[in-house]
Amino acid sequence: MEATVTTANNEKTWGGGNEPMGASYGKLMMWFFIVSDALTFSGFLAAYGFSRFKFIQTWPLADEVFTHFPFLHGVSAPMYYVALMTFILIFSSVTMVLAVDAGHQMKKDKVALYMFLTIIGGLIFVGSQAWEWKNFIKGEYGAVETTGGSLLQFVDKEGHRVALEDFAAKLPVEREQLSRDKGKWFMDESAIPAYTVAEVQAGFKAHPEVLIRIETLNKDKKKIILSREDSQTRLDQAKIVIEGANLTHNEYGSKLFADFFFFITGFHGFHVFSGIVINIIIFFNVLLGTYEKRGSYEMVEKVGLYWHFVDLVWVFVFTFFYLV
Amino acid sequence: MSHEHVSNTKRIWTVFGLLSLITTVEVAFGIIRPDALAMHTFITMSLLNWLFIILTLVKAYYIVWAFMHMEGEKKVLRNAVVFPLVFLVCYLLFILLTEGDYVFEVFKNSTIKWNF
Repeated sequence: MEATVTTANNEKTWGGGNEPMGASYGKLMMWFFIVSDALTFSGFLAAYGFSRFKFIQTWPLADEVFTHFPFLHGVSAPMYYVALMTFILIFSSVTMVLAVDAGHQMKKDKVALYMFLTIIGGLIFVGSQAWEWKNFIKGEYGAVETTGGSLLQFVDKEGHRVALEDFAAKLPVEREQLSRDKGKWFMDESAIPAYTVAEVQAGFKAHPEVLIRIETLNKDKKKIILSREDSQTRLDQAKIVIEGANLTHNEYGSKLFADFFFFITGFHGFHVFSGIVINIIIFFNVLLGTYEKRGSYEMVEKVGLYWHFVDLVWVFVFTFFYLV
Repeated sequence: MSHEHVSNTKRIWTVFGLLSLITTVEVAFGIIRPDALAMHTFITMSLLNWLFIILTLVKAYYIVWAFMHMEGEKKVLRNAVVFPLVFLVCYLLFILLTEGDYVFEVFKNSTIKWNF
């Protein structure tokens, strides 16, 4: 290991001229920040791992949750969209490192161009994430939650998912959404699902081909499908109808899955967003010639470190939310 | 060294190709999920998951070493960043995952049930 002793040379020891570990002050501080931020994300992902191990037999299958691709309605395309997002982020990392490289050669126009491309890549990524969230929140098939908090999903005889709207009965019950202006006090409620529990139960009776799939995984790592009789028994315990996902309910399975998904991808998305803002600031500084005057493009290098770190985090989020 | 300002665009594109290749392989395995890998376990985890995690670490290595230019930094900086992270993350994972698995076993085997 190289020693970092202060040798008595002509550099000032306290004026910033001395560079411990051979990195400038700014770069070293960026590394400090990255290490602490990396530990924060590790903490989140480890907590996610804890919750997942706790509910390992009932955890949702990511392949069934994230199946959307733009302009391909009704086509099940697991992984493709998130793979695309990953490529976009890796590519924006490449343009960033090219900007740093151009900065070393003091080529202002090239730095500006690559910074611009990096910003565009980041914006596309954040937009894609918003679209992913939209689909996740909206949901696809709908499900029913029992009094015990377990989730019941509906499948046909072949095991394909069935949406609530395909079989639920229409009963003449009118239920009014409680909003602020109708309440006696400051009262309102979240949006009422399109179907009531009674409608789902009646529809289930009328469609003998519909079966219930529970959250538990069998030996082949597939969700267990109940027989018609067991399905009926479980459906009698139904309490609420769930469409889509939010922080308290989740039609895909374990509630914690949605919580961690929102929290971790949200926190990462926030990092991407702040990265874009910082990149824009640096981009304008490049255009104004600030670094040209300063004689060094080290600032580009520093934001580059942050941007690559965001990419690095995504690599892990991608693995633990979508692959494993 | 970090202060030799030579252009290394060739290396950047090579690393980009490598990262893309690894991601493609990961996605392909994620879609196919071959039973040969998904059903066999090694130290309580399926071979497929081991593959994903190892490929992820390879990607992380290339991002940090090539893009964040860690390979050009001094050894002391490399160690100061990598060792605390690796140690703390392994420690945290060991504790939390062991505990998570223990809670799972309790709910599964004892009279306490979360899912009724």
